[in-house]
Amino acid sequence: MSHNQLTESGRLHHFLSIEGLKRPLLTEIMDRAEQFSSISHQQVKKVPLLRGKTIVNLFFENSTRTRTTFELAAKRLSADVISLNINTSSASKGESLRDTLHNLEAMHSDMFVVRHHQSGAAEFIAQHVAPHVSVINAGDGCHAHPTQAMLDMFTIRRHKQHFPDLRVAIIGDILHSRVARSQIQALATLGVGEIRVIAPKTLLPTDCKTLGVHVYHDMNAGLKDVDVVITLRLQNERMQGALLPSSKEYYQCYGLTERKLSLAKPDAIVMHPGPINRGVEIASAVADGPQSVILEQVTHGIAVRMAIMSMTLGSQAELYEVTA
Amino acid sequence: MTIPATNTDIRTLLLAMADEINQALEGKKPLLIGIHTGGVWVAKQLAEILGADFFDAPLGTLNIAYYRDDFTRIGMHPQVTPSDLPFAVDDRHLLLVDDVLYSGRTIRAALNEIFDYGRPASVTLAVLIERNGRELPIQADIIGQSLTMTENEHIKLNNNNGLTLTLSTEKAGESDVA
Repeated sequence: MSHNQLTESGRLHHFLSIEGLKRPLLTEIMDRAEQFSSISHQQVKKVPLLRGKTIVNLFFENSTRTRTTFELAAKRLSADVISLNINTSSASKGESLRDTLHNLEAMHSDMFVVRHHQSGAAEFIAQHVAPHVSVINAGDGCHAHPTQAMLDMFTIRRHKQHFPDLRVAIIGDILHSRVARSQIQALATLGVGEIRVIAPKTLLPTDCKTLGVHVYHDMNAGLKDVDVVITLRLQNERMQGALLPSSKEYYQCYGLTERKLSLAKPDAIVMHPGPINRGVEIASAVADGPQSVILEQVTHGIAVRMAIMSMTLGSQAELYEVTA
Repeated sequence: MTIPATNTDIRTLLLAMADEINQALEGKKPLLIGIHTGGVWVAKQLAEILGADFFDAPLGTLNIAYYRDDFTRIGMHPQVTPSDLPFAVDDRHLLLVDDVLYSGRTIRAALNEIFDYGRPASVTLAVLIERNGRELPIQADIIGQSLTMTENEHIKLNNNNGLTLTLSTEKAGESDVA
């Protein structure tokens, strides 16, 4: 999948998945995000880089953080941005996805930011848009959430710098988590020393071993000496059938409490893509504690999305070179 | 054509520029802004010559990469050091410094960026080299030296243990982005 997100010369045209992207490109995204993060401290939090570009946020699924930070990122780059909540648009009147897209394209959009409950939706859209239009995946089903993974990598780098020395543990609902999938790919591409997943068997994908991760079912063993702890939301809305006895029992076994966190390195950071379920996957004392960087992740989301948006739209220059 | 190539030549130009700056801005508590990268080098030298008290704050640096007018044609620039203006520009007299004034597009972008930070009382432009080839109605107030060059000739400021200038002639078919 996602073979077509790069231009012929290897620049980012779409951003659909971490899969297939090389380390220098991921590093470039983080470097550019670092450069953009200073804009948020200016009096006028805006640069005219994407002036005159039209970006459409297509959200077929609920989102607070991702949609807002994509909107803010686009606005800080001076693009015109429209956020479409598809539940309230023509899709609920029966218009097909392709028809909606072609209509939006007819309004001369330059970029679609897509969130959809079906895996592969962003890739499908990327295959059907005009060649000059870029598509960014803001989460598709259980498949990928690459901008979230990149802002997580950016957050880790801000605190830990050297990826090969790190031990990273991802806890919880790996099976339904597009975030975890993209994180694992990004961590592996960046050469992280050891990637662990900690989860009950029912919440692990069957192909877990092929991802190159160490699997733990026990928090005490899995958290020992890790540098980064990533907790995931228990995705009740995607679960079919009884995968768990109860959220209370889940908290007892896999909830991140202060006691369990004390098994990690003393300077370990705690991350969560949000929204957090307090008392289900994470204790309030940990979520609000000194090791938590959860709100930093939200802030970094803006700069990282600015970087990805400007890189993808910047690759349009190649098209102009060809036609000019 | 002979150009002021050596570090000594450039020093002479900078001393003359500093004199003019002194006349134009003395007593106005000006703020100094250099444009990445060459403009910052020139600004640092001018600040050193004019002394610590002449400017009212440390040197500000401007990187106009996000304000360029060629994003659609050439995309992102490889390296961008963020702009850093460690002062408020509102109602202040600014001295904007660049190494070479050519098309005028860099200065256009720099002015746009400065106005995103506030509304200065005035902006004075000082450049080490002013050459022909303007594409916009922009001119410098303080000039180290004016040069008349052909379209294929390019002048570049280098900083290896001191400032030097090099002149290059572009071969046919190559193109350079100003």
